[in-house]
Order: sequence, then structure tokens, then C-alpha cells
Amino acid sequence: MDSVLLIYKGIYILAIFGISLLIATYSTYFERKIAAFIQDRVGPNRAGPMGLLQPLADAGKLFFKEEFIPAKANKMLFILGPGIAMLVAAMSSAVIPFGDTLIIGETSFDLIAIDVNIGILYIFGVVSLGVYGLMIGGWASNNKFSLLGAIRAASQNISYELAMGLSLIAVLMLSGSLSLKVIAEQQTGFNWNIWYQPLGFLIFLICAFAETNRTPFDLPESEAELIGGYHTEYSSMKLGMYLFAEYINIFVVSAVMATLYFGAYNFPFMENLRNAFDDPVLGNNVVTIIGVAVMFAKIFAFIFFFMWVRWTLPRFRYDQLMKLGWNILIPLAILNILLTGGGILLYEYFTKG
Amino acid sequence: MTESLFFFFASLTLLCAIMVVISKNPVFSVIFLILTFFTISAHYILLNAQFLAAVNIIVYAGAIMVLFLFVLMFINTGKNVEGTLKRNMLAKIAGTIAGGLLFTVVVAALKDVTLGHPDPATYDSQVGMVENLGKVLFTKYMLPFQLVAVLFLVSMVGAVMIGKRETGEQNF
Repeated sequence: MDSVLLIYKGIYILAIFGISLLIATYSTYFERKIAAFIQDRVGPNRAGPMGLLQPLADAGKLFFKEEFIPAKANKMLFILGPGIAMLVAAMSSAVIPFGDTLIIGETSFDLIAIDVNIGILYIFGVVSLGVYGLMIGGWASNNKFSLLGAIRAASQNISYELAMGLSLIAVLMLSGSLSLKVIAEQQTGFNWNIWYQPLGFLIFLICAFAETNRTPFDLPESEAELIGGYHTEYSSMKLGMYLFAEYINIFVVSAVMATLYFGAYNFPFMENLRNAFDDPVLGNNVVTIIGVAVMFAKIFAFIFFFMWVRWTLPRFRYDQLMKLGWNILIPLAILNILLTGGGILLYEYFTKG
Repeated sequence: MTESLFFFFASLTLLCAIMVVISKNPVFSVIFLILTFFTISAHYILLNAQFLAAVNIIVYAGAIMVLFLFVLMFINTGKNVEGTLKRNMLAKIAGTIAGGLLFTVVVAALKDVTLGHPDPATYDSQVGMVENLGKVLFTKYMLPFQLVAVLFLVSMVGAVMIGKRETGEQNF
């Protein structure tokens, strides 16, 4: 029994790891296709049908390019940088519930890799470590532009982490639990957190853009003034690792947003569908499988949104970025906490007499 | 299992902590300090205090050490560190004696320590969980908790005052 569960967990973790890598790979393809669509071009269409093999061609090219390490760079840290970025990005999807439970025979399988009761803190901790990859890589390159990019990445991440944490607290006040599984279970049917936390979601979304270094917050790598920012000196697959880690981060942060605010694997009328089946086990499994599809649909919608914004909005200026983080988002997040607390108190006052 | 894990993490913690002190490059010191925080968090998890482990990572590894690294990057490290610190014989002898004395004090203090042994029959293994920790903080330790919050507020205001741009000719 225990060994079955252990083997299942192992396979599930490997599957999630593979899926996040696959989605990150094809995000690069869709990024270019969407950019092409927005700019009225064709986009990659040479490798394979509709250019579908383009990510493989890119990866093959990156692997065979010259591995260049600057003469005065700190070699060890220079290699460590992309490794940390990749490791941290791949760690964070472990606590996300991608679905409810599947019942096979007598055993029920949770579609979540690790169900810890501090799930959201785990993600927050791992995300806050992501900046080390950029900082160490940027510093070790021994290049002024890389260093500036690294410093921008650090200050930006620290500034936006605060607002992100504060916007999370409002969700935690509603759910009363830190476990992502519990938060997902509470949003059954159409009872999603976005209806209670529109302001909190907006703050979280903006901070998510800043934490993943995406346009309009991609100042650490802004090519107009910093050449390439922290990855100026990187070539071949080490550069590929940095870019790849960014796409994995987008996938993870999309999954977190879908779980926290958009009801994770829940969809409207799921209870009606569950009760429509005579066999409760079959009903449960059908609802779970549709739920997984719904979860991934939500994740893809967010990934598309990330790309849409990238090819629509220009970049911030650095002082504007800091002003937005400290002077607007943090006070708004605190206001959101106060409003949520007041709302909960009023609700309890009127419902419990 | 737990015991061997404890010894593994304890030795790892000590190794990383020693590396913090003996690394020549300050950036490596910071990286080893981050590793030390990770191994300490592993100890917290062994003690079933998951919340403390996560907060330790978020606050120390995620925020404070980023600021350490941030400051170190501005200093031109690795070049002048050896030259500016003139290590003469007297300083080495003084350092050895001071360190040895401190070590003696620590050993003497630890010799008479009696560790509390919780009764396995009545001990609640869930005491480190978020809910229990929150309840204890907001009932039994309400006053100290609020005082710490006030202390944080004071230090925050102080930091803002120091960092504020002053009027006059000296500012930039």
C-alpha cells in the first residue's frame, strides 16, 4: 500500500517535471507565433509543419554553440548562475494541485505532488530564491552591464515581493489555510476567489509580472540600455537555461494565479455533472479529468496573457517601477487587507446574528 | 532514520558555517551562509516546525541575504581585501587568544546545561504547525508579540528617516 503510493508519487513528480519542461519549451514557440500575429508577420514556419519543431531546432543550435566563459569571470559562479535559476524554477511546481482525486480500485490518488500545510509559503520562499541565479550570474560575468542588470533584478524582486506577500494575506484571511489544496477545494463550482479579491488579484498579477522579469518589468535584461542585462556574457545552453527558467517561472506563476484566484480545477456546474452519473466513482473520475483539463486551460490563458502584454506594452522607466512598487502597490495591498478584514467581520455580524 | 538525518544535517550546517568564515571571497561567504540557512530549515522540518522552516527561508535566504549580496556587489571584492587588512603577528596572537577564551566560555556554559525532555506520552507533535503557533502567539504571548511589532515599526520609521533626502546643499 505504502509502496504503491510512493511509486505513484515518484511517477507523478516526474510527470509534472516533464510537463513543466514541455510547456516551457512550447511557450518559446507560441511566444514567437503570438508576437508574429500581433506584428502581422508569419513567425517560425520552417522547421516541421507550421514550425512546430522550432523549439527543438533552437535547443539543438544552443547545445552546439561555443561555450564561452569570459577571461576575468569567476568561473565557478558563472556556471552556477544558470544552474540555480533552472533548479529554483523547476522546484516550485511541487505543491500546486493540478486536479482533485482519482479513484482507481480501492485507492484514491491525489493529483498533487506534495501536500504540505504551508504550500503557499513554500512557493513564496522558492520564488524569492529565484533572484540568486540572476544575481550570481550577473556578478560573476565581471561586466558592468551584467552587474547593473543583476542589481536591478535584486532590487526589483525585493520590492515587489512585499506587495505580493501582502496581497496573498487577504486570500489567506478568506481561506484560513496556507495549503494550496485546501484553498482549491474551497472554491467549488463557480465560487472563485476572484469575485472576493479583484483588487488583490490585480496586485498579485502585476507583482507576478515583476517577479518573472517579463515586459513591462524586464528592466534587468533591457536590451536598449543594458545590452542583455545579467545574461550579456552568456552563450550557448547557459543562456538557454536562463531563458528557459523564465518560461518555467511563467508557467508556475500562472498555475499559482489559477489556483489562488480562479478556482484551480473547479468549473461551474461540476456538482451537477458529478451527480449525473449513477456510479459515484466514475462520476468523481470524470469530474477530476475535466478539472485537470480546466486547470490547464486556465494556465494557458494566463501564459497567453503574459505574451499578449509583452508584445503590447512598452517597458517602464526604472524610477517609475520603484514608485509603482513602493508608493502604489504596497499601500493598495494594505488597503485590500483592511477591506477584506472589514468584509469578513460584517459578513459574520449579519450571518451569525 | 530521523537520527541519521539529524547528524547529516548537523554536520552539513557546521561545515557550511565554517566555510562562511574561512572563504576568501565574500560572495562565497554569502552563498555558504545561504546554505547554512537551508540546513537550519532542514532541522526545523525534522522538528515538525514547517512554518518556521518556510519563514526562515523567506526572510533570511530570500530577503536579507539578497541585500547582503547586493551590497557586496557594489564593493570591488577580491582585489584589495588582502592588501588593506595588514595581518601582523600581534593581531594573530590576540585573535587566537580571544577566540580561545570565547570557546572556553561556550564549553563551560554548555557543560551544565540540562535539556528539557518532553514526555513522549503527552507531547503534541503538531505544536509547530501554523494554527497552533498562531493560537499561542495571539493568546499566551500576545503582549510580547505586539511589542515586537511596535519595535519593527520604530525601526522602519528610523530607516526611512535615515534614508530621507535632506534639504540643503549637501544632498544629491
